[in-house]
Amino acid sequence: MTAQSLSVELHHPLRQFELDVRFDLGAETLALVGPSGAGKTSVLRAIAGLLHPKQGVIVAGDTTLVDTRRRVMLPPEDRAVGMMFQEGALFPHMSVAKNVAYGLRPRPRSRAERRQRVQELLERFSIASLAKARPGEISGGERQRVALARAVGRSPRVLLLDEPLSALDSVTKAQVSAELARWLGELHLPTVLVSHDFEDVAGLADRVVVVDRGKVIQDATMDEFLDAPASRFVAAFTGVNYFEGAASAAGERSEVALRPTGTVVAAVPAAGPVAVVVDPWSVRIEPGAEAVARPNTLAGPVVQISRLGGTARVKVGSTPPVVAEVPPARLAGLALEQGQVVTARWTPEDVRVLPAGGTSTAGRLPRPR
Amino acid sequence: MLSRRLQRGAAAAITAIAAAVLIFFIGLPLLSIFLRVPLSTLVHQLHSQVARDALAVSLKTSLTSLAFIVVVGTPVAHLIATKRFPGRNVLATFLELPLVLPPVVAGIALFAAFGRLGLLGHQLYALHIHIPFTWVAVVMAQSFVSMPFYVRQATAGFASVDRQLVGASRTLGAGPARSFFRIETPLSSRSLSAGATLAWARALGEFGATALFAGSLPGITQTLPLAVYAEFSALNFNATLAMSALLVAVSFAILLVVRIAFNWRVA
Repeated sequence: MTAQSLSVELHHPLRQFELDVRFDLGAETLALVGPSGAGKTSVLRAIAGLLHPKQGVIVAGDTTLVDTRRRVMLPPEDRAVGMMFQEGALFPHMSVAKNVAYGLRPRPRSRAERRQRVQELLERFSIASLAKARPGEISGGERQRVALARAVGRSPRVLLLDEPLSALDSVTKAQVSAELARWLGELHLPTVLVSHDFEDVAGLADRVVVVDRGKVIQDATMDEFLDAPASRFVAAFTGVNYFEGAASAAGERSEVALRPTGTVVAAVPAAGPVAVVVDPWSVRIEPGAEAVARPNTLAGPVVQISRLGGTARVKVGSTPPVVAEVPPARLAGLALEQGQVVTARWTPEDVRVLPAGGTSTAGRLPRPR
Repeated sequence: MLSRRLQRGAAAAITAIAAAVLIFFIGLPLLSIFLRVPLSTLVHQLHSQVARDALAVSLKTSLTSLAFIVVVGTPVAHLIATKRFPGRNVLATFLELPLVLPPVVAGIALFAAFGRLGLLGHQLYALHIHIPFTWVAVVMAQSFVSMPFYVRQATAGFASVDRQLVGASRTLGAGPARSFFRIETPLSSRSLSAGATLAWARALGEFGATALFAGSLPGITQTLPLAVYAEFSALNFNATLAMSALLVAVSFAILLVVRIAFNWRVA
């Protein structure tokens, strides 16, 4: 058995910018995350063989799919790369069973074997009752299941998922996400998943590669991401508070003067230009504002309250703005309203200090989203 | 200012008048072909050698033209619909040109290319290939004027197929050929059949280019429209009407069968 792996290196001009990415993965799920139009889908298309990169090397296991230097460019049908397209791309003129059976040629050879394999796949993905239905007659969540069953039917060596959740409503999304996590665990394939939404991939990916304008901004595990976003852009994706400023050592602690205003005290020593990260769930909201701002507080009006299940995310329009996650019990007690002036507060132990410009992408301005 | 109700009434009235004019304008002439002479005379006239020969020539040549058009036109339509290449617009425009040319000009063009004194005349003569005034010339004339009807529709059909479906087909192990026959063709079957029907109907009714390039030799190149004209010139009015009726009936049958077969909506 060869090791399951996928290694991708691509350079390809797109309309607005140059695609320039590189990553490797084993039998794990890697999420390519970035804003719409960042070139994520082009990466998937290049791996699947639907886009011919100008320059690049793509190797799956021991098979070279693309090597532009050696003029290797396997056609899509010879790559054994399973792709689940955005919104499914199911064949509208074929039944669900026919869609799933489509990929099962030339193997298995006999009709009976093929039928049995289709039945197995339909049952495995809980779509046996839909076998005779047309794609137009089933729900979005069901379509995604059919698309996955079809993609894995040929036992691909690599699996690609293009925005598997974005076309679904929030209820279906949670359900499909849970199913997908289970199936991806069972399949145990090198899987590349593309999404414009960081939250969508949170439960699915082992690793995340953030892409913007064709470039890799950060490649890290999910935990590393939340701990140490490489830039304000990445932080905006993960939803953590990210401040920039200048640190000066104060014994075992450090004091960071934020830009444009505010002071953060961290329980770790630091000096020079830094970025400060505070998780939203570490931020407490208190009504009112004090006359003189104290360290580790930011005051301002409530600009947005978004409820998610029991908790709520409260955005405070301070300079710089800060987001707090408020637990349900506290939310009721606060009775927050838009425009109400509040103070966001956190402790020095909750502050993470990252070297500013410590990553290759420092100095890049985050794009307006 | 008109009230809403009045406006709706006026719109309905205009539609009704337009429909009546159209039915009168198209229906009456067609109907009079059948009503002008007694049905027994029509049937009798159809048993004539001229009519039977003309029907045979018409069916043989128009079906051959249709086959040629589909075999040659389909790959070209697919190319125009799915690929971007230099000269694509020029090619598409070229293929549409016979739509706007008078058929007589088409006949002259064919003569200028394949006639005895035409561009390829010498070479063809040397190979003992003689095209004008043969049934092959009829097929060429019909194909020349009918091709655009098929190519246009087929191009629109292939262009309307979501490229992502073709991509999905490829990643599922199907090569370009299997993707074409299993995905692209079925998904554009309506356009393909509509185009084929139009092209066939146009080939069946072809007159000008055929008359010029293939002549009107009974049993060889004399199609139904040419036979109608020949009988008309000879002042055989009953025979003219009989063969016109035949042409109308055959055309109607073709259109109806195709329409029912593909369950077209009237809209």
